[in-house]
Amino acid sequence: MKLDLILRVGVKLILPFILLFAFYVHFHGDYGPGGGFQAGVISAAMVILYGLIFGVDAAKRVVPNGFVQRLIPLGVLIYVSTGIFGMLGGHRYLDYGVFSHHHPAHGHEYGIMLVESGVIITVFSTMTAIFYAFAERGRS
Amino acid sequence: METVVNSVLLTLLAIVTIAIIRQRSLFGVVILAGIYSFLMASVLIVMDAVDVAMTEASVGAGVSTIVLLATLFLTNSRENPQPRNVVLPLFVSGSVGAALIYGTFELPPFGEAQTPVHLHTAPYYLQQSIPDTGVANVVTSVLADYRGYDTLGETTVIFTAGIGVMLLLWGRRRRKDNDEGPTSS
Repeated sequence: MKLDLILRVGVKLILPFILLFAFYVHFHGDYGPGGGFQAGVISAAMVILYGLIFGVDAAKRVVPNGFVQRLIPLGVLIYVSTGIFGMLGGHRYLDYGVFSHHHPAHGHEYGIMLVESGVIITVFSTMTAIFYAFAERGRS
Repeated sequence: METVVNSVLLTLLAIVTIAIIRQRSLFGVVILAGIYSFLMASVLIVMDAVDVAMTEASVGAGVSTIVLLATLFLTNSRENPQPRNVVLPLFVSGSVGAALIYGTFELPPFGEAQTPVHLHTAPYYLQQSIPDTGVANVVTSVLADYRGYDTLGETTVIFTAGIGVMLLLWGRRRRKDNDEGPTSS
């Protein structure tokens, strides 16, 4: 693996653009195809590609395993607490009108962005954690 | 034009499927499954389901291929040829396939606007997405807003899947480490 110079340099060049594309898919989900789920998978694919070429240990230095494990429930928590926040504001569960009382449509836009953030966090960390789990298992 | 593209893609899908059945090397099967997913993503793009196509390309062709390759690394990479009776499996798959094809006779033609699915709640979503949510992509507004509960459920499913895989794969390793002592990494 150490001798694959073209792969290593090529992957290093591609990585930032994969992440940029993931964020584009996430934040542009309101207007174009994609959203939190696809963006999460694409950003996890970046970590997986890095791990495949440079080794899982290098990937774990960039995205530590413990960090990924904590992110998995964090995404679900963000999603659930967005809904509960609406309830506290006197709306129904997962009614995003609570985020902007004067202009409910804007509130819905913020709410969608929030829950999509929850989705991207959970999907990214789950995919990465599954990859780490398989890679770890193969080594022992 | 669309008919030509569709028939080329579906023919390729059929060829890949037959190749997967004939293939004995599991590495080849995994790569062919990735090709299958990518062809399926192309079919979905032709059907204007861009969001689904994106998911299929990234999950089906990308991540699941990697996970399957990692699984191969843990197991044998060749299928054990088992002589078995093919009559019953052939009968089951043949009759299920025939039932599914029979079911498609009652389906409305693809893209037909006057069908129940397009007349129930879909017009409301299409008309109200911008006034209600300010989101131009109706798929996003339906997924995250109108059907927020379902997406919450999906996120929980992913969460559960991740936790399950971690428990299954890491639990055994930890026990092994304890047997060997703390020096092993």
